Amino acid sequence: MHTRRSLFVAALGALLLSAPALAQDKSIVVASTTSTQDSGLFEYLLPIFKQKTGITVKVIAQGTGQALDTGRRGDADVVFVHAKSAELKFLSEGQGVKRYPVMYNDFVLIGPKSDPAHVKGMTDVAKAFQTIKDKKASFISRGDRSGTNIAELKLWKDAGIDIDKDKGPWYKAIGQGMGAALNTAQASGAYVLSDRGTWIHFKNKGDLEILVEGDKRMFNQYGVMLVNPAKHPNVKKDLGQQFIDWLISPEGQKVIANYKINGQQLFYPDATDPSA
Amino acid sequence: MRGVTILDRLSLTVGAGAPTVLIGPNGAGKTTALRLMAGLMAPTSGRITWGGRPDVPARRAIMFQKPAMLRRSAGGNLRYALNAAGIPRRDYAGRIHELLALVGLDGLERRPARRLSGGEQQRLALARALAGDPAVLLLDEPTASLDPAATKTIEDVIRAVAAKGAKVVMSTHDLGQARRLGGDIVLLHRGRLLETGPAATFFTSPQTEAARIFLAGDLLV
Amino acid sequence: MPGDTSAFGLLLAGDPALLAIVRLSLAVSLSATALAAVIGIPLGAAVALTRFRGREGMIVFLNAMMGVPPVVIGLTVFLLLSRSGPLGSFGLLFTPQAMIVAQTIMVTPIIAALTRQTVEDLWAEYRDELTAMNVGPLRKIATLVWDARFSLVTTLLAGFGRAASEVGSIIIVGGNIEGFTRTMTTAIALETSKGDLSLAIGLGIVLIGIVVIINALAWVVRRAGEAYAG
Ligand SMILES: Nc1ncnc2c1ncn2[C@@H]1O[C@H](COP(=O)(O)OP(=O)(O)OP(=O)(O)O)[C@@H](O)[C@H]1O
Ligand SMILES: [Mg+2]
Repeated sequence: MHTRRSLFVAALGALLLSAPALAQDKSIVVASTTSTQDSGLFEYLLPIFKQKTGITVKVIAQGTGQALDTGRRGDADVVFVHAKSAELKFLSEGQGVKRYPVMYNDFVLIGPKSDPAHVKGMTDVAKAFQTIKDKKASFISRGDRSGTNIAELKLWKDAGIDIDKDKGPWYKAIGQGMGAALNTAQASGAYVLSDRGTWIHFKNKGDLEILVEGDKRMFNQYGVMLVNPAKHPNVKKDLGQQFIDWLISPEGQKVIANYKINGQQLFYPDATDPSA
Repeated sequence: MRGVTILDRLSLTVGAGAPTVLIGPNGAGKTTALRLMAGLMAPTSGRITWGGRPDVPARRAIMFQKPAMLRRSAGGNLRYALNAAGIPRRDYAGRIHELLALVGLDGLERRPARRLSGGEQQRLALARALAGDPAVLLLDEPTASLDPAATKTIEDVIRAVAAKGAKVVMSTHDLGQARRLGGDIVLLHRGRLLETGPAATFFTSPQTEAARIFLAGDLLV
Repeated sequence: MPGDTSAFGLLLAGDPALLAIVRLSLAVSLSATALAAVIGIPLGAAVALTRFRGREGMIVFLNAMMGVPPVVIGLTVFLLLSRSGPLGSFGLLFTPQAMIVAQTIMVTPIIAALTRQTVEDLWAEYRDELTAMNVGPLRKIATLVWDARFSLVTTLLAGFGRAASEVGSIIIVGGNIEGFTRTMTTAIALETSKGDLSLAIGLGIVLIGIVVIINALAWVVRRAGEAYAG
């Protein structure tokens, strides 16, 4: 029958259209975090890496927890995340080969210019969190097991607050990425913890601004690991290791340091710091 | 049929030869009888045999009282029927011309069938029924909405088909037509056979009171 | 318009990255619709024509499947195609093919259910004629599908519309990888998360524009076809 034959042709044609994408076999999948993607680092860094090695890096941007799970299932070759404790757990399960520190950036506490809880300029982030809780000022949490979420939960703990018990209607866990959390905070005049990179790159700032920054506890370390090929035989270990080696090489580290928005450096390479 | 008795104890033998014409008031069971013969429905009880055998002859065709036009051109409708009847493809063009001319629809081959007038559709339905050159042709009120000229055309076609040896069984409300075409007449009423016989004797000397009343144009009760 | 980074500006300037996104979106959703048509139309027609045990259940199932949220389908396909899932060895997760699979699963019930309705109506009209002509079951299905083809265009459009506009399933199985599995809808989700609402809206309008154009073309085809076939 005529129609069905032409439908088949259409289907095949359309499949072929998407087939060239399959042909790029020199490629790896990197499970990384929304903050690295939303900050624009990959858009800057990957073309340089590709030009150098011919390897296409396909980035899946997820929360840190999710990204590690993607590695656990063997759906990624490399994980590039920022939550050291979760990374060490990943290694101890035998899911990763070795963890390499790559860089750090820092978290900043964002809030509306009107600053209803009066935390602006505080140097002790735990105190700022304490104040927000006491004033029951609106706070947006990622609530998605991301590195940022994990860091936020740790800060509540540092402030002596059991957030599971003490949270009220003022504390909203939205279960989405960094950008969505910032959009929500912008729309509802709430406080939110963000990584600096995403914040600088974020376009819908409205009347949000940085209120608290610089506390040591707000440093955010990134690590990279090859997914264990012994557990997941399909992992492209050579290409993946090539990516990792480049990231921690002097050249890769320089590229990371060079990434700036409006003259502001976003990430600080520290591959040589063994304690990072 | 969901408890409705449509045809009741109808025993009817249709012989070869000139057309058998079913007559009777609305709801008498003419359409039902034709559909049973076409094998479109099975009798709840009783049986239908063809020359003593139960299988329905392959080369039979039916033209419905309300024919459905396939969403194709007039020619496309005929081509479909020719294909279904297993006519070789190379004969299509010739046959289509022949059939359209036969029912007086020359030149309308490309017209969408559903755009034809009611009468034209009915004639196309007849042409479609004839496509496979059927040995048994069942016609349910084939001229119900035709003008006198078209009625004449169709009656001529029916006569010609019958003359070539096909068995025609048809229904009609036109007693004149029954008289003109009929070999045998079958009078049905409320699902029962009232009277049957050769056309000549049926119209001149009906055997039953009911037939006399019906022929006189009075209401049967 | 130098420096115009709105979605229109980029589209007008033939920005290759944006064109690639548009092309991928169309390729994925059109392939999925085409595959769903190849499966769903005969399936819907078969359900319309045949009487079998569990048919009513099948109809309810198809109708219900029309409303399954894309994320659920995405998650299911994800688990199937994951390296640790049953079909993991094909390595299809995070590829355009995976997105086509997810959207095909999503669109097939829509096309099957709408086809069943259309074909059943036409079947009521054709049943006696086709049965009297001794047409076999497969031929019946083919005839009904062919004669209902212009109504089925609308069915295909409904399927395509749903595929082109969804983001839930393809962002999960495709991973929104730049230059590889990023479509208009996943790009909109991403730009929204980056707070670039104007680019997101711009992309959204481009998407609407494309859907409108495809609908308009299909409408023209349908009208022309109806004029031709009655
Ligand atoms: N499927 C059905 N279910 C119930 N009753 C039916 C069905 N089909 C036909 N009938 C009834 O059976 C009777 C005979 O119908 P049939 O169509 O055979 O009459 P007819 O002689 O062809 O009438 P007409 O001259 O109006 O065409 C009618 O009373 C009709 O209502
Ligand atoms: Mg009748």
